[in-house]
Amino acid sequence: MSNLKILINGIVKENPTFVLMLGMCPTLGTTSSALNGMAMGLATLFVLVCSNMAISLFKKLIPDAVRIPSFIVIIATFVTVVQMVMQGYFPELYKSLGLFIPLIVVNCIVLGRAESFAAKNGVIPSFFDGLGIGLGFTLALTLLGSLRELLGTGKFFSLSVYPDQYGSLLFVLAPGAFIVLGYLVAVMNKLIKSN
Amino acid sequence: MKKLKSTLPNMFFSLTLICIVAAAILASVNEITAGPIASTKQAALEAAIKAVTPKYDNNPVQEATSIVAADGDSLMLYPAKLGDSFVGVAIETRAIGYGGEMTILVGFDGNGTLVNYSILQHAETPGLGARAEKWFRTDKNKQRVIGRSMKKGTLTVTKDGGDVDAITAATITSRAFLKAINKAYNAYAKREADADSGATLQETNIFSSARKEGGIK
Repeated sequence: MSNLKILINGIVKENPTFVLMLGMCPTLGTTSSALNGMAMGLATLFVLVCSNMAISLFKKLIPDAVRIPSFIVIIATFVTVVQMVMQGYFPELYKSLGLFIPLIVVNCIVLGRAESFAAKNGVIPSFFDGLGIGLGFTLALTLLGSLRELLGTGKFFSLSVYPDQYGSLLFVLAPGAFIVLGYLVAVMNKLIKSN
Repeated sequence: MKKLKSTLPNMFFSLTLICIVAAAILASVNEITAGPIASTKQAALEAAIKAVTPKYDNNPVQEATSIVAADGDSLMLYPAKLGDSFVGVAIETRAIGYGGEMTILVGFDGNGTLVNYSILQHAETPGLGARAEKWFRTDKNKQRVIGRSMKKGTLTVTKDGGDVDAITAATITSRAFLKAINKAYNAYAKREADADSGATLQETNIFSSARKEGGIK
């Protein structure tokens, strides 16, 4: 499989949110606005790329029996780096994403890619896999966040589109997240099948 | 290079190595970000204090003390002074709202008037309870709490017989918000009363100006 194919695979065919249905907790929890969704996606993207590369680089040094704890330590290290950088340089964003940042450690997408891809492939393909899956996750979260923000508050990336009293609060709350996600998955399935 | 077999020394070696490298990375990132993290926290707190107290020229964060509320909770108090005279305080107070703990920074001037407030942290419902940040500032009906004198008694929502309009569809949040403010004021008033040896036990009006106006009945 070529690197480009790996990249596209992560965005479309194995999109973590719409196809694999992984990492639902941050997906539903952080997408109350487009910016929050995108920031969460980018944080996960960074962790995915770094952990995928580190794990594929050191896979020979990690005995099979202790691979899960090793992966978790590597992933947790990168997550903590993201957390500290965000806290220091983007305090507003950190405030709104809050607990979801440290929870990237237990995001099953990250560990899933480490186990199923990075532990079996070289550094370069692992990089593209992390990038593809990360971009797929970012795009999905941004799309979900944009729709919820637009339907709920009448804004798109905080820019007013229509007066917010016409927005439906439902879409800002958790049930709205499920509804929008459901429709997006349906649309995505239709598109993949028709291809 | 062949993959390491899962023998005890190998596992020990590889886990130790990973942990050492991870620790080294984290230590160096911490070294870089510790400064910015501390300064953004400090800046956020100072901005909030500035917003809720009258104009001051001292350093309230450095002169901060803690006071004990009636329920045993310990609250941070930031005194604001202009020159040598005391102009007000900012108190970091908290109460349990609808979605969890709300942390509010509330400022009073020397006469016990509520100058302003800033919600530092909350987990209230977006669109309902989360409107507290704006609601109690808006000058409409009996919504506004800014500029109210706390000497006249504690703040209560109209539903409970008070004179503050609760946020529409978020009475629990409104109650918690006012409870936090009352808690801060009472704790502060009590401390001032205790510190003032000339004060009688019944006296809860703590400010000298209050006494001149005939606060003791």
